[in-house]
Amino acid sequence: MGEFRMPSLGADMEMGTLVEWMVKPGDRVSRGDIIAAVETQKGLFEVENYDNGVVQELLVQPGTEVPVGTVLATLSSEGMAPAAAPAVPGRTVAMPVPAAEPAVKPVPALSPPQPAVSAPKRLPISPSARKLAAELGVEIGAIPGTGPHGVIQRADVERAAQEKKAAVQAPPPPAAEKPAAVDYQSGMRQAIAAAMSRSNREIPHYYLETAIDMSAALSWLEGENLKRSIKDRILPAVFLLKAVARALAEVPELNGFWIDNRHQVQESVNIGFAISLRQGGLIAPAIHNVDLLSLDELMAATRDLISRTRSGHLRSSEMTDATTTVTNLGDLGVNTVYGVIYPPQVALIGFGRISERPWAENGMLGVRRAVTATLSADHRATDGHRGSLFLEALNRHLQDPENL
Amino acid sequence: MTDAQLEEIVFRGLRQIAPEADPTVLLPDENIRAALDVDSYDFLQFLIAISEETGVDIPEADYQKVFTLAGLFRYLSAALAKKPS
Repeated sequence: MGEFRMPSLGADMEMGTLVEWMVKPGDRVSRGDIIAAVETQKGLFEVENYDNGVVQELLVQPGTEVPVGTVLATLSSEGMAPAAAPAVPGRTVAMPVPAAEPAVKPVPALSPPQPAVSAPKRLPISPSARKLAAELGVEIGAIPGTGPHGVIQRADVERAAQEKKAAVQAPPPPAAEKPAAVDYQSGMRQAIAAAMSRSNREIPHYYLETAIDMSAALSWLEGENLKRSIKDRILPAVFLLKAVARALAEVPELNGFWIDNRHQVQESVNIGFAISLRQGGLIAPAIHNVDLLSLDELMAATRDLISRTRSGHLRSSEMTDATTTVTNLGDLGVNTVYGVIYPPQVALIGFGRISERPWAENGMLGVRRAVTATLSADHRATDGHRGSLFLEALNRHLQDPENL
Repeated sequence: MTDAQLEEIVFRGLRQIAPEADPTVLLPDENIRAALDVDSYDFLQFLIAISEETGVDIPEADYQKVFTLAGLFRYLSAALAKKPS
């Protein structure tokens, strides 16, 4: 038998609200299935299961806020192998652990829901629509769903809110609107404050920076993009991500964690990609195995990640698996960013704006397009020498764009 | 395609990437990305939506011509006028 617990979706999370169950007792679930939606200070996430088995009992009702690690549901393992080790060994993330007592018999797949739980009546509604409905103060039961299988979507909620507003003819906007936004803002700020304060308290940062000539990379990219339709074009930011993954393969010490006074280098290169949210705040979900993706795959993965970040469909593994973080402030006028490491990671790579700069080389002064790359790293895990090797490798890969 | 239709396509695209902003208050010569705080991913997303609806593929080298509403409308109208309908 296994347990499904409230996961820790990052160093800054203490509590989470179970928003919705995607399964009911008797459902067969596999590793990686999305089985619940959870809301934290950073937004709404789809939580994946780490076990194969059959859902036995749902112990927590939607709408309940519980601490990280609380058992949310029990799963029978059906003679499957015990729960696989958590994806990231040694992390303090609460994962389902195989329970000691096999006393409870597995529930047959078709058994009715346990009466004690009285499975909540589930309206077919997307998590982000549910959230929006709560913000706008719209009764979900009254909304006709127009999505596939009658699922209520954001647009349906918006329409219902419009109709409600029109019907009431109330001149002031709904009172619920403002506080919700304020709550969200303060929750997000608190989450960031907690993680970043911990980082600056615990991690002895050191910082390195280097200017990288981007002429070769950009000319190659422009040539490539010329051949592509607009949908398939690759952004320079994606190119930089790929180069980071390549350089991390050469200096793996920067790819991993510092947990329990121990440096834990990770094999998979899962890059947390800092995305600023339109409502304010920031989130850095992971793109998995960046080293194994082609540029096209990486572009697609990044676009997918950004659109799911905006729509509240990030998965729990994306919040826990990042082995390092990349922040790119190149869209703004910033030249250099010195990042704060996201614990328990041991490095953060920053990029500023790609701009034309005076560039001296071989005794000649010219103008080149260049970017400033920075490394913030944990001095407990590495030293400046390793860090320099990384920035050097990054530079080398960016000078050889065809082979990225 | 009429100017009004084009305008609707553009405003719909902008509302998609910046749902909380009102694109109709943008000035013709204002930089769209700066005014609506749109990053390069979202701006590309916006141009993709525009190209899907109008059939105009804007090459990367021309992005700088469409950073303002006036520039974008000018660009799209010219491209559509050239297209055999």
